[in-house]
Amino acid sequence: MKKQLPVFLTFICAFLLTVQYFVPHRSFEQIYEVSNIWLQIIGVFSIFLGITSLVTMHVRKIRHRQRQWQYSFITLGGLFAMVAAGLIPALEQRGSYEWLYDHILNPISATMFSLLAFFIASAAFRAFRARSAIATILLLAAVFVMLGRVPLGDRMSHGLFPAIADWLLNVPNVAAKRAILIGVGLGEASMALRVMLGIERSYMAGE
Amino acid sequence: MALSVDPGVWLAAFLTLCIFSFLYKDNLFYRIAEHLVVGVSAGYWLVILIRQTLVPYFVIPLFRERNWNVIPGPLGLFLLVIAAFLGILIFTRFSTRYSWLARIPIAIIWGIGAGFVIPLSLQTKVIRQLQASIIDLKTVGTWDGFNSLLVVIGVLSGLTYFFFSKAHKGAVGSVAKVGIWTLMIGFGATFGFTAMARISLLIGRMDFLLRDWLGIIK
Repeated sequence: MKKQLPVFLTFICAFLLTVQYFVPHRSFEQIYEVSNIWLQIIGVFSIFLGITSLVTMHVRKIRHRQRQWQYSFITLGGLFAMVAAGLIPALEQRGSYEWLYDHILNPISATMFSLLAFFIASAAFRAFRARSAIATILLLAAVFVMLGRVPLGDRMSHGLFPAIADWLLNVPNVAAKRAILIGVGLGEASMALRVMLGIERSYMAGE
Repeated sequence: MALSVDPGVWLAAFLTLCIFSFLYKDNLFYRIAEHLVVGVSAGYWLVILIRQTLVPYFVIPLFRERNWNVIPGPLGLFLLVIAAFLGILIFTRFSTRYSWLARIPIAIIWGIGAGFVIPLSLQTKVIRQLQASIIDLKTVGTWDGFNSLLVVIGVLSGLTYFFFSKAHKGAVGSVAKVGIWTLMIGFGATFGFTAMARISLLIGRMDFLLRDWLGIIK
């Protein structure tokens, strides 16, 4: 029961959802719509589980005075402030939710991503050494795309670098991406088939 | 332009500098901003999911309209209650005795996901990509036709490189070599593009600090 029921439910759901794609009938469309909304509703509850787990972990950290426990107040404060700003009508009407997004979440996220520019530069310095032919190709493609995307590159080459960058992005890059996508598509479909047939059971913690 | 007097701009500038301080080394200010963003983004997504999923798909049909337009009547409402019940079952993970019940909603999510993925992946990531690689005969002999031919060669050689059921020797090895060259150009171009996207974000943050906060540039 503990093992067979989940495997059976997975098979039924996957089978029905696969079949509905090929059957243009109203009842199968309803199966699709119901499944889609079920997926989203269960997804919301799983987010609740994640938030509960986050809160429990930080409360435990504060209670037991674990290492760097003081920061847990900041995490919990941010979480509750955002939830209150988004769900308490009086705060929501004053635009508190948008204010927190604009002045806390957005600046931190954007700066964290911009920080990656420095780490990418340092990683590139170590990785982009023209030691072999393929490493040289990688280096040249990256340099041409970067130079082709800034006004300096355009000025230096009288429009040649942007043209090379566009060609690299639209031809070899498309070919590479397409080959990867086809591989990913086949991989996803075979993985989904493994899930449907109960061969892949990692969601049951290996049982 | 002068120094900003908006407290929101000052807070955003302080948090921006907190994150940039990591370039020197891990420090108190970075950790404050890091922990803050964990809490705030968790709260942000929770509110978004409640507003955009739970309320329109569950609360309104079940409690306000008492009718679900996907399946009208009591059956539709019953299916919504079942969905919520399955969602609640996830919380049995906290119990040692009943934690196996959490597998049921997870199994359903996996099943629905797998059912969606099989036709959708094959359609969008395989068939559509192959379709887009077919050369338009009208372009033969032109620059576009030459580029399309290069794309076909790149795709086929790239796929050969990913084909591990046959040893990459002889003709297969040569084609796979062309494949890896194509992939390397692709990775290089993607790297360059990503690096430039990050730099434009960095310019955006600098622009915020110098224009919106300090008012140095106009």
